[in-house]
Amino acid sequence: MAEYEVVIGLEVHVQIKTRSKMFCSCANVFGAEPNTMVCPVCMGYPGVMPTPNHEAIRKTIMAGLMCDCDIPSYSKFDRKSYFYPDMPKNYQISQYDLPLCLRGRIHISGKGFSGEELPDKYIGLTRIHLEEDVAKLNHLGRTSGVDFNRAGVPLMECVSEPDMRSADEAYAYLTALKQIMQYGGISDCDMEKGQMRCDVNISLRPFGQKEFGTKIELKNLNSFRAVHRAVNYEIARQSELLDAGEKLRQETRGWNDDRGETYLMRTKEQAHDYRYFPEPDLMPITLDLKRVDEYRRQLPELPEAMRRRFVADYGLTPYDAQVLTMEKALAEYYDCGAKLTKSPKTLANWIISDLLCELSASGQTISACPVTPEHLAAMIDMIDAGAINNRIAKTVFAEMASSGKPPRQIVAEKGLAQVSDEGAVIPLVEQAIAANAPQVQQYREGNEKVVQYFVGQVMKLSRGKANPQLVIKLLKERLDG
Amino acid sequence: MSIEVKTLTVAEAAALLAAGKVTAAQLCRAYLDRVQTVDGSVKAFLKCDAERIMAAAEAADQRRAAGTPRSPYDGIPVGIKDCIVTAGETCSCASKILAPVVSPYDATVVARLKAAGFIPMGRLNMDEFAMGSSTENSAYQRTANPWDITRVPGGSSGGSAAAVAAGEVAVALGSDTGGSIRQPAAFCGVVGVKPTYGRVSRYGLVAFASSLDQIGPLAHTVEDAAIILDTIGGHDPRDCTSLPEPDCGGLAAAVAAARNGDLKGVKIGLPEEYFASESSAGVKAGVEAAIAVMKELGAEFVSVSLPHTKYAVATYYIIATAEASTNLARFDGIRYGARDQEAQDLTEVYFKTRGHGFGDEVKRRIILGTYVLSSGYYDAFYLRAQKVRTLIRRDFEAAFRQCDLLLTPVTPTTAFRFGEKKDPLQMYLADIYTIALNLSGNCGISIPAALEADSGMPVGIQLIGPALAEKQLFAVAARFEQARKEQVFTPAL
Repeated sequence: MAEYEVVIGLEVHVQIKTRSKMFCSCANVFGAEPNTMVCPVCMGYPGVMPTPNHEAIRKTIMAGLMCDCDIPSYSKFDRKSYFYPDMPKNYQISQYDLPLCLRGRIHISGKGFSGEELPDKYIGLTRIHLEEDVAKLNHLGRTSGVDFNRAGVPLMECVSEPDMRSADEAYAYLTALKQIMQYGGISDCDMEKGQMRCDVNISLRPFGQKEFGTKIELKNLNSFRAVHRAVNYEIARQSELLDAGEKLRQETRGWNDDRGETYLMRTKEQAHDYRYFPEPDLMPITLDLKRVDEYRRQLPELPEAMRRRFVADYGLTPYDAQVLTMEKALAEYYDCGAKLTKSPKTLANWIISDLLCELSASGQTISACPVTPEHLAAMIDMIDAGAINNRIAKTVFAEMASSGKPPRQIVAEKGLAQVSDEGAVIPLVEQAIAANAPQVQQYREGNEKVVQYFVGQVMKLSRGKANPQLVIKLLKERLDG
Repeated sequence: MSIEVKTLTVAEAAALLAAGKVTAAQLCRAYLDRVQTVDGSVKAFLKCDAERIMAAAEAADQRRAAGTPRSPYDGIPVGIKDCIVTAGETCSCASKILAPVVSPYDATVVARLKAAGFIPMGRLNMDEFAMGSSTENSAYQRTANPWDITRVPGGSSGGSAAAVAAGEVAVALGSDTGGSIRQPAAFCGVVGVKPTYGRVSRYGLVAFASSLDQIGPLAHTVEDAAIILDTIGGHDPRDCTSLPEPDCGGLAAAVAAARNGDLKGVKIGLPEEYFASESSAGVKAGVEAAIAVMKELGAEFVSVSLPHTKYAVATYYIIATAEASTNLARFDGIRYGARDQEAQDLTEVYFKTRGHGFGDEVKRRIILGTYVLSSGYYDAFYLRAQKVRTLIRRDFEAAFRQCDLLLTPVTPTTAFRFGEKKDPLQMYLADIYTIALNLSGNCGISIPAALEADSGMPVGIQLIGPALAEKQLFAVAARFEQARKEQVFTPAL
């Protein structure tokens, strides 16, 4: 099989989190009874007119600013015409040649989904435009139902440059885009609720060739993992065809997740002519620099910047920082705790190894977690101060997770404080030495590792509370003496 | 008590109501009786729900008796063109495709009329989806011109014009996309106004061509038209193309103030392109007589040029059909309306529902509009038409630097006979004097000026004003109305 360069561009639709729909005052909510969140406007009744949702426009611009986009001073809506039952007007109000955001970029780096290292690079963002979502079709045996609750929900389309070269890069781009949307409060990006939907454009070309190969569009990709699988499937499928000397046709293919393969949906000849033209019912959007600057000031700290700060200020590894910034709530949790403790790196370890396990086991979200960042930071400081040891800390942590109590209270109530008083530890050390004559013999013959065995014995006798450093010191004094 | 409503104006009705000489119920009953008497031959009304109207009239009488009328006009009926929605009533746009559709909401203009106590009366016939100049394109019935029932009332607001002319209602709403208020007004001898684009909310007007459509009144007098426009005009947050804060009231006051004045200091332009062409002798004579009257009142006339006039019809039919092809796309039988029951699959639902539901002229324009927006043709047609539209608007701007208003004929001829214009293109040319205004956005009014010598049919003149210059437009129109030679424009019917 010859080697080809893979060229991937993504078109990602993201529903914007707003109170009301894009062009009417119906609620923008998921999961209501079909056709209960509708009005004459979003049902396309005769005579209705659209009223733009300024919050959706603001959030689209915010999204653009977070992706380093230019925000043109003049933008407009257009009608995109095609007939389908999910379209209340048989045209969609969208943006054609003058979108709200242009020329952005998204950074990817770190470890890819397959486990291989990603190149550190920027993926260009061609544009982000704003449009209205269409209704949802539910196929019920021989008939179909149309639920117009979704019709008119504000929807952004984020179009990337063909800058990705592997399934891993596509996956990383999607992850980064999702993070940005979540960080900015633009969208929850819940793919199961259809809040984020992705189409892939993929083509192959021999390395060194400048012209793009034949573009295949992939649809019905319901998860990032599906994107990853579909891209790899297509790379193999197209390579095989090209190897066999066949010419590819420009076409749209669907992804069957169960069978793990793509299938033909339509060829270029069947492509729609959308007959775009400026929406005469809406005024163009004019934006002065002042307003854009005001939006810029409202921008939250982005995951990328947060990662850099975590590494620089808290001494984390890039990997730690990546894990902790996966979700905004987690990043904020860590950031809050890290500011309270002198050992932010230890806090990170606790979150990554203990807290995340606890959350996935209990199915809780970070914001609902009974262990507050203040409590966890306090516990770390207790370890540092020698008030508890690491082993006891595990017990304290488990109690914090179940009761939500502060660590000091737990330690006091359960009598878990570390014993650092020599007078209390010496009898235990002596007891351990007396009871283990063969090990004493081994030590004296030069096997220093046996000390750990004695430490274990003493800890057992202290029910975990003895200060391990003190135990070692006392043990050595006696064993060496 | 019975009251003669045939020539009654809104202003007169308001005075009678205020004086307690008539009740709203008596007034509405008289109009309904008049409909009963003459609409069999005029056929202006597609529907007229007497019960609903009488209930509203009684409510108005109760308010007046309680001393809390909504306005001086509380209880006066207004005819509604069938493309403007009224909650709880059908709105078919004279098309089969919308036959069963009952509107769930009031158009902004209807809501504003109701807020002033006006009573929406009936559904007035029109060319299907406002596409036409004779009302012959209605899927339901042929409305006759009350002056001569072998002739058309004009269109597309033919039902509105005929109903007012026949005295079935004192005033009616129409919509004007290329002359659809002014042309039937001229044909039927009534006043018709195309307001400045954006002065009146389009919310609830079933769109034909969104960038051209404007709702306006048809009335016996300039004063009545002013009263209605005062009521329905002004910004509407539901229509973002409605102007932010136009100075929208005060037209009735401007008309009253103009009554006994002269036209000294008013400079009126005569666009040469509108006088060089093919108007009939009767129309020419009517317009010349009007000019003479206004000169006598002191108006000064100057010749101006609107050089891009000859492109107006072509430009209009590209822009209007392009917008219409998308505006009418929603009528597919999926969510509402008459879905074809024979259809076996989705494609057939679209083809059969739309194939059977739309008339020929509507289909012709949808196809035209689809074509001009198609990839590969967009630049040559739609984009070019938009550029020419700008030139046409600049023509008007340049002309208004030389004069206050323009005076032109409304139509090349008086009302023609049914079936006389079989070639669609010939029908399109009936709008040559009216469509440029829709492209430029400024305001115009059609006022009866004379009766044609041989046919006895009314001849109108058109006064055109700059954007939002309705006050001056109405003042001059009212002054002319009072001074014109022919005073009474009432058909014998």
